[in-house]
Amino acid sequence: MRDIYKGNLVRLSAMDAEEAGKAFARWSRDSEFRRLLDSGISSLTSSKAAQTWLEKELEEDSIRQYWFSIRKLDDNQLLGDIDLNVYNWSARDAFVGLGIGEREFWGRGYGTDVMRVLLRYAFTEVNLHRVTLTVFEYNPRAIRSYEKAGFRHEGRMRGALNKEGRRWDILVMGILREEWMQQQEGE
Amino acid sequence: MEQTMFDIQTQLFEGRDIRFGSIDYEKDPQVESRWTHDSDFVRLYDIEPARPMSPAMVKKRYEKLEKEIEEAKNLFYFAIRAREDDRLIGKALINRIEWSNGNGWIELGIGSADDRRKGYGAQALQMLLRFAFAELNLFRVTARVPEYNEAAIALLKKFGFTQEVRRRQALERDGRRWDLLVFGLLKDEWANQAQA
Amino acid sequence: MRNLFRGELVRLTAEDPEVSAKIEVHWQRDSEYRRFLDAEPAMVVSEKWLKDWFEKRTEEGFSPSRYVFSARTLAEDKLIGFFSLWVDLVHREAWVGIGIGEREVWGKGYGTDMMKLCLQYAFSELNMHRVSLGLMDYNPRALRSYEKAGFRLEGRTRGDVQRAGRRHDSLWMGILREEWLAMQGGEKV
Repeated sequence: MRDIYKGNLVRLSAMDAEEAGKAFARWSRDSEFRRLLDSGISSLTSSKAAQTWLEKELEEDSIRQYWFSIRKLDDNQLLGDIDLNVYNWSARDAFVGLGIGEREFWGRGYGTDVMRVLLRYAFTEVNLHRVTLTVFEYNPRAIRSYEKAGFRHEGRMRGALNKEGRRWDILVMGILREEWMQQQEGE
Repeated sequence: MEQTMFDIQTQLFEGRDIRFGSIDYEKDPQVESRWTHDSDFVRLYDIEPARPMSPAMVKKRYEKLEKEIEEAKNLFYFAIRAREDDRLIGKALINRIEWSNGNGWIELGIGSADDRRKGYGAQALQMLLRFAFAELNLFRVTARVPEYNEAAIALLKKFGFTQEVRRRQALERDGRRWDLLVFGLLKDEWANQAQA
Repeated sequence: MRNLFRGELVRLTAEDPEVSAKIEVHWQRDSEYRRFLDAEPAMVVSEKWLKDWFEKRTEEGFSPSRYVFSARTLAEDKLIGFFSLWVDLVHREAWVGIGIGEREVWGKGYGTDMMKLCLQYAFSELNMHRVSLGLMDYNPRALRSYEKAGFRLEGRTRGDVQRAGRRHDSLWMGILREEWLAMQGGEKV
């Protein structure tokens, strides 16, 4: 068997509430990162608050949620986090959320690499049928990366975001198990 | 018959190279967290999706386990340690014991790849069976193993287990279905073999 | 779409804790029923204890891994039994526990009807790949009924139950999705 947590640049690792709490607090000061990550109001968090929240979230291994920290293969540096949330088990469909908090690693293939590892995990370990994500119109770098990982465009929620005085769309992307399998055979 | 094999002085928790110990909350979480970052270990040991755990999560799991041991009284858990340096090398347990029927399920795992194929698993299984039959007085023990875990199957067969059930296509891994096998060993079978 | 909750003889219902406790306190006195149900020692408990237990289950509700139904006869609306499905969503396997507490309806096809609904729910609503169950070798009536429903015997664990002074085997059965589909005679699911 191969190491299912390992990619070419990064590996999936456990979330540690204390370590991740500190990192989340630091990353929260980067408002651009926050605005790329989620649609809510960008705000600051203390590491104590982030740690408490994480401890509660991580308390139970649930079959709905698979949450990993992302680490650099060569020096183990914490780069971000990725989570797979199975919101519909009978359809075996899950949402994936990805954030690379360390901005010096943006646009260098780290996101694409970790997404590939996560898709392998989703399809061969959690046995899902499809993986879904949403991404914001103003994040072309992420959109390209998801396309490279095999996601297809499935639609857009028009004007769902209101940032910097204008409306932006939320794009919905998805990948099916058979598409992923075909992609593996090609490689 | 047992009396001819063991007497009351027999040390249940001491093997040749290993010993059974209790959980060390200071040191063990670090070690077990490392094991869970090795996907091979988790996938051979368990049928749940493999996922890495931080030392804090492992510690929480230990607390939950010890609470269950105290409340349910149908579970026995051992940390497997190397005699030479007392380091944690695996875990062995008997759970879901039905006292009225005298049966229970066994689980055994050697955590680090470096410690596998050294006979530790066989020694641990020997001690676990002795504990199940000579201390808990069970009538039989049962083990569940996926058909792809050939090392575990070979070990069970070596100890005289009989394959009793083949649960067809009960698992899905790496995009295909696998059978899940159930093995059983009765006390008499164990005693005859231990004598021979 | 087909009606998931109505068979030929029974319909599936959700009962309030008071109702379930009241009937269970009556059923549990039948030790033969209890000994068919599982391998734990047959036991009687108070109606109050049962009500608390059912209330707790009701609070938990349906979870993605646990589904419980009661069954009532279509003819007289009489509560006769229940079934539960414990679901492994990752490997798509469901375990069934089924019981008919009203012994005057034993052997009259009610169990078969309930199992039909149970398998339909597991395969066409929960999208399972296989359904499994276990029983004791001293329950041949159940074995025949499960075989009729399409389950295959996959093995026996020797002597793992001790009842009435004797050792008995547990029987393990399973039915695969494709086997169930073949039994539907080309009906669309």
